[in-house]
This record gives sequence, C-alpha cells and structure tokens, in this order.
Amino acid sequence: MDATTQSSTVSEALLEVNGTPVPYSEGGRVLGALREAGYDVPTLCYESRLDPQGTCRMCLVDVEVDGRVTQVASCTAFQQPGMKVTTHSDELKQYRRTILDMLLSETGPQAECPKCLSFKTCDFHSATDEYEADAGWLKPIAPRAKALDPNPFIQRDYDFCIGCFRCTNVCNDWEMAGAITVDGRSQNSKIFSFFDNELLQSPCTFCGQCINTCPTGALTDKKIVGKTVAEKLERTKTICPYCGVGCGIQLLTQDGELKGSEPDFTAPSQGSLCVKGQFGSWDFVKSADRLTTPLIRKNGELQPASWDEAISLVASKFEHYKDTDGPDSLVLWASARVTSESNYLMQKFARVAVGTNNIDNCSRT
Amino acid sequence: MVGKGAMSNSIEELADTDYLLVLGSNTTETHPVIALRMKKAVRKGAKLTVVDPRKIELTRWATRHMQPKIGTDIALLNAMCHVIIKEGLYDQSYIDSKTEGFDGLAAHLDMYTPEYAARVTGVPAQDIIDTAREYAEASPKAAVCYTLGITEHSCGSHNVQAVSNLAMLCGNFGKPSAGVNPLRGQNNVQGASDMGALPTDLPGYQKVERPGVREKFEAAWGFPLPKRRGITKITALDQMLRGRVKALYVMGENSIASDAHANHTRRAIEACEFVVVQDIFLTDTAELADVVLPAAAFAESEGTFANSERRVQRVRQAVAPPGEAREDWRILLDLFEAMGYPQTMTTASEVWDEIASVAPILAGISYERLDTEGGIQWPCPTPDHPGTMYLHKEEFETGGGIPGFFAPVDHIAPAEEPDEEYPYVLTTGRRRSTYHTGTQTGRAEGFELLVPHEWAEISPQDAEYLGVEDEEVIEVATRRGVVTVHAKVTDRSPAGTIFMSFAFPESTMTNVLTSDAYDFITETPEFKACAVKVTKLAVAEMAVPAAD
Repeated sequence: MDATTQSSTVSEALLEVNGTPVPYSEGGRVLGALREAGYDVPTLCYESRLDPQGTCRMCLVDVEVDGRVTQVASCTAFQQPGMKVTTHSDELKQYRRTILDMLLSETGPQAECPKCLSFKTCDFHSATDEYEADAGWLKPIAPRAKALDPNPFIQRDYDFCIGCFRCTNVCNDWEMAGAITVDGRSQNSKIFSFFDNELLQSPCTFCGQCINTCPTGALTDKKIVGKTVAEKLERTKTICPYCGVGCGIQLLTQDGELKGSEPDFTAPSQGSLCVKGQFGSWDFVKSADRLTTPLIRKNGELQPASWDEAISLVASKFEHYKDTDGPDSLVLWASARVTSESNYLMQKFARVAVGTNNIDNCSRT
Repeated sequence: MVGKGAMSNSIEELADTDYLLVLGSNTTETHPVIALRMKKAVRKGAKLTVVDPRKIELTRWATRHMQPKIGTDIALLNAMCHVIIKEGLYDQSYIDSKTEGFDGLAAHLDMYTPEYAARVTGVPAQDIIDTAREYAEASPKAAVCYTLGITEHSCGSHNVQAVSNLAMLCGNFGKPSAGVNPLRGQNNVQGASDMGALPTDLPGYQKVERPGVREKFEAAWGFPLPKRRGITKITALDQMLRGRVKALYVMGENSIASDAHANHTRRAIEACEFVVVQDIFLTDTAELADVVLPAAAFAESEGTFANSERRVQRVRQAVAPPGEAREDWRILLDLFEAMGYPQTMTTASEVWDEIASVAPILAGISYERLDTEGGIQWPCPTPDHPGTMYLHKEEFETGGGIPGFFAPVDHIAPAEEPDEEYPYVLTTGRRRSTYHTGTQTGRAEGFELLVPHEWAEISPQDAEYLGVEDEEVIEVATRRGVVTVHAKVTDRSPAGTIFMSFAFPESTMTNVLTSDAYDFITETPEFKACAVKVTKLAVAEMAVPAAD
C-alpha cells in the first residue's frame, strides 16, 4: 500500500489531524491520514509507486502519542489509533523553509529551471514558492555539474538536482533497469551510470520514468525542453498508439501544434511508459510525409484529387463489382491501429453497404 | 478450449501472482510495461520460467530459462501436463466440475514423457519436470503469458490448446492472478476483433452463422445481411491471384511489409482490379492503390482503443488532422452515404452508442462512463456493472457456464525445417524501439540512435563458422526471397537461429523471407520459423552468374 492511500478496511478507531478526526487505517502511513483530512505537505523524495524514503524531511509533522510529541517523516511513519498529528505549526513551517532555503542555495536559479520554463512549475519550486523560501542568507554552494550526455532523449541538468534520488529509485526499484545509481556522499553525491558513461552505453532503455519522477528541472525531455512555454501548454489525455498494453499518455500541445507526450499517471498503467510512448508517440504525426489529400491513380500515377471525386469513384467502383461479380468479389481489411468506432463502421459498411462478410483485420498477421 | 482471444486476467494482477510461465514472449521489449508487473512479481517472490529459444532480456529475472528448439512448444507443454497427471498434481475438483475430456487427455499424454519431450525440444527432462511441479504447486495462482511466439506457427492454434490444457488441469481459470494471458501486439488489435472486423463474427463475438444472430443484426441495422461467413486475409490473397476477388479496401495497414511472404502479398494485391488504401502515410501498400484516402492519426481522432486486458479506453483528439485528412470513421460515413446507405451517427460517441446497443459484452460502456471512471474492462453488460477484471469468475463461483474441453494435441514440426541448403532457422519479432513496419518509430527523432538499421541477430558460433563480423552486411535468403542486412553477433541467438525484426522494410524487407505456411484453423502465418541460408556478401556477389 502506498503512503498516501488509506486501507479499505473500516475501522472504528480514529486519529486526529490538526483537530480533524480521520479513520485509522491499519498499515497506513501518516501522510495518507493527513491528505485524507484535507491537508498537504511538500513531498520531494516521495513517489507513490516506490517505498517511502523519508529523506527529504519536507513532510515532517508533529505526532502526539500517549502525551509524548515527536517529529516524524509522515511518508514513512505508520498511523496509530488516537495519534494527534500537527502539520503546520510555526516551527514546522520554519523548518521546511530552512530546508528549502538550503536546497535553493545549492541549485541553479529558479528563473532558469527547465521544467518550470517548458513544462509546468516543478514540485521543488512549487514548494519554494509556497514557503517563500529565500537563500539570500546562505553562502551559495556550487551546484552539481550538468552532465554532458549526447543521448537524444534525456537532458541531465544536475545543477537543479536536489539529491532526492527518486530517479535512481524509479530506475532500480520500479523499472528494474539499473541504468543509474548514486555515487559519492552528501553535496558531492551525483547521479552516475556505469563508469560515468553516456546513457546510450548504459542499460538505460529510455523509458523516461526518471524525467517524470524528478521533482525539479534536473531531468527533462530533451526533445522538447526549451521549445515549449509552460503557461501555454495544453494536455490531452489519450492512449499510446503502439502496443496492446494501452498505457495512458497526455499529448502536449501549444497553439494547436503537437509538442510532445507525458505519461498519464491516473491511467491503469500508473504512469509507466516505454521509449515509444514517452519519446516516439507524437512526432510521426507531424511528419511532412503525411497524406494530406486524396489521391487517384491517373495515367499510372497517383495524383491529388478532391474528396468528392475520390468518394464517388470508390462508391461507383464498389457498386460495379457488387453488381457484376457479386458482393464477395470485394474484400475489406480493417485495422488494429485505428479506433474501435472506425473498425465498427468498416465491418458494418462491408456487411450492409457491400453485402459481404469478407472483412478481416491483422490480428492473425 | 476456454474463453476468447483476450487476456483472461488483468495486467495489474500479474504483479501478485506466485508463478509466471512466459512462453514465446519477449516481454521486456514488446510489452515493456507488462514486463514491469512481471519483474514486480519476481521481486515479491514469484517464480518466473521463461520458455523461449532466444536468450531474451526477461531471462535476467527468470528462475529458469527453457530453450526449446523453435516450434516444439506442444511437446514441452504436453510433457508438463504428463508430469502433472502422473504425479496427481492436478485440481480434481476443477476438472470434475468445469471440464470435459480429462480421461481422453490423460490417455493421449501417456507417450509425452519428459524424456521424449527432451529429445524433441532439447530441454533437459528434469527442467520440464521441475517446471510442471512448480506450476502445479503454485496453482491456482499461476499465470501463463504468451505472445506471438505461440500463435505465429503453423501449429499455433494447437499451441494455444496445449497452454489451455495445462491451465485447466491446475484450475487456473476464474481466479485472480492466474489464467491464460495472450499479450496483444497492437494498440487496438483487441478492439478490431471486438468490433466484429472478422469474417466469422459480428460485433461482440456473435457468430455470423449461429442461428438468430444475423436476424438480430438485420433488425438492428435495418438491412438484409450476408448469410455465409467471409474469407480471411490469407484466403483473400489466394482468391485475388485466382481472379475471384476483384476489389480491396484496406484501412490503416501496411500489408506488404507486415504480412508473411511479402512477394506473394504484393502479387496478390497487384492482381486486384481496384484497390483503395486509407492510411496516414503513402505506405508500400498504398503505393499499389488506385485510390488513396488520407486518414487522421490517433492524436487527431476521437474514439476508443481496447487493450490486451479487454479494457476500453478513450482516445481523444489533441490536434486537427493535416490538410484534408479525415478521421477514418468520418470517411466511412461518407462512403455509406455515397453507396445509398446513409447513417444517422454524427459523432464518435454516437457510433459507440450503437456499438453498445448491438454488442452485449459492451452494453454497459458509454463515453460518459469512460470519461468519469477511466477505462472499463469487458464484459460490461449493464451501466451499473463495474467491468470484469478476470474472466470466468461467476462461472467459477456459481458452478455454471460452459465447461472447458481438454482437446488433446500433438507436436507438429514447423512447415519448413532447416536442411543442407537452408541450414538456419529464421524467427522474426519486434524490438523495443522499432515498432512493427517502422512507419511510426522510423519517423521519431532520436530513435535511429537506438537501432540504426535492421539486424540479423546471429550466434557467435555461427558467425565464427561463417566468418561474419558484427555489423558486416550479409545476405539472408529463403526459397521465397533474399535480403541484405547487417549482422548482429549476439548470444541472444542460440546456434542455428537467426532473429530479425521487420521494421526497416525500405532497406531490408524481412517479410520476403518469411514462410507461406499458416495455421490451418486461424490462418495465422508461420512468422516464427522458416529455413534460411546466410552468406557473406562478397561471396554472394561472386556467386552471381556472369552476363553471358
């Protein structure tokens, strides 16, 4: 069970979050209870599909059990019946702000964050905005170095890395690809692939899960970063056009033009994608090779024609073969690539308008 | 035989199974996101047995890898059933209440000893025995997954029957995290069949020739309908060459590059008098057409796709189609009109409503529900039905339903086996970053760096014997055709086996090589096995006869 969901077992026992009673969920984490109560805290190292780490300390809350108050990371701490949780005391807010100040002091300027600029305000900078964090009182520390990596898909701006390690966890624990890991300690730690090599030489399959879990602009989609404006981007939920898994994707558009894709975390595929859905599901649609007008073969060559001309030619030819050679002299092949609605209409067209059951699709080929 | 051509269970359930038997499925490359659930199951303690002639990536997570000779799955599966029956490991109560034909199967399998299967398949007998015991022990929480490595054989439907026999013996139907799960290859291959784009079935798998079905659709659609079943793609190609089929209308398929024995496909389509191709690109197939109709791509269309686990999900238009291209269903509505059969539907949602009104398994699904609840798995008979995670649950709980039948099947070798002239076996499939005939991934920027061109994967032993270096251009030939291709020397291929995809048809038309044999029930071609010879290109050029 992930740390934000409550178990479905109905319990009589309660706990309190900022005075609001919440049903106790056995095995549930405190983070789940506080979200159930309608509160929220920033979670930078937490990702619902992975085991909670409790390392970023942003979700720290006060819990009172049997009169004793302790501070715990709400993503890792288990609920207890009767527990009293405080989420936003002045001390906790100041504590979170201090951590955010320090993280700001070791990362590049927010105005240059690739995710905030090209996609949407990242989790980290959403938190620094909410808590009005300001690193002015701290001596700046040189950010981690950008990774020079010629792969075509993943941009690695480690000057925005906050060391949450969600990318390495999703790569190792969720994808089990084992392409990246952490090297070094503390501020000298960095994300590392074998022998500090290029991702193209590593076991990376370019599933893109690292860029999608990254709470900052450290990892972004290289194919589109810098080519979009976050405020102008629109997202359309749809389904990946490749294999039969049917992963949910969101197509990114700006001013009516396709710009890229992202996983749909609300779909049953839980945000998972492979290289095709993440990086290859949209640019073929924009290809200059697309057919844009009907074509009719004249004098041996396919030549542009109007829809009216094309439709009436097809209809009259079909009529002709239907009348002279019988409906079964026509064959229709539907498609495993197009929508069910179009397949439905094609088989209905075959049976009703042509009068044949000679309709098949590529499920056997 | 049990069920329909769909996963009996759900993708997410795979993560909770105790045992995974994965046959003929290169899951991490062809269904990477389903492979995640398999890896998760392994991490949670499930055993994973991979049955594949190639050392595919998934074997890294496997507890056992069995490498049968290509096309010997039935011998292996029958031997597993033999062990389960001999050792009494089967589910007696399931067999008694849900199946027929057990005694016949048991008698039939008497000869399929693990030792016999070991001789046929090359898999050690002890591995077969251990796998059978483990599968039976984990049942009924043992899941079988397979892909085209099972179906794309001339004995494909018998392969599926052998899988089904195994699962039924151990009562793996009607329960979570179990079942028989064919992983479907294309985004809407499930939906195309669900919709009745089949010569034998009307929408919702209602048989054309079953009494009452045609009459029901005649009443719903208001027109008389043809009585006899239609012809499959394979039969259609033959009838084109015989002049009995005169006209062809293809929607969204590059048949020449994707179908087996491409030269035959090309000749057949060329033999048609009138060909209409509706697609988003001028594919190899569209180039042969008399009329080409420009279609909208998925990102430009409203509608639904149904995935492998029978889940109907909404596809939404993000951008307008380019130029005059139009959504496929709109083009079809125009053709209805032009032929004198105007339809009243004007939106994709209205088309769906008609689908739901004629197909009982989809009757409870509407766009409104899909938009608010997300994807819904059929069967979903009523608007308040939540959809079906795994099939046969109710039959199992109520004791009703049609019993599964144990149909004994025998090992059948591939139609074309290697010989002196064509000593290697070619098997084809997909790779993770190059999809199908490459019309989409071939136009996706950056993908050329992952797989730059077609590779003929060849074992280090064979490469050494032939003197072939990695990336050297070689010639691969069968009795039907010849291609040039870059060699990829890799231990993924066992000795004697060549693997190729078919994603670069402009430079390497793999399907000119593939077999003209097909399964005699489903008419699925034998893409997975044919005999080839491999020649160094320099030698091949020298072998060309002189001009005189």
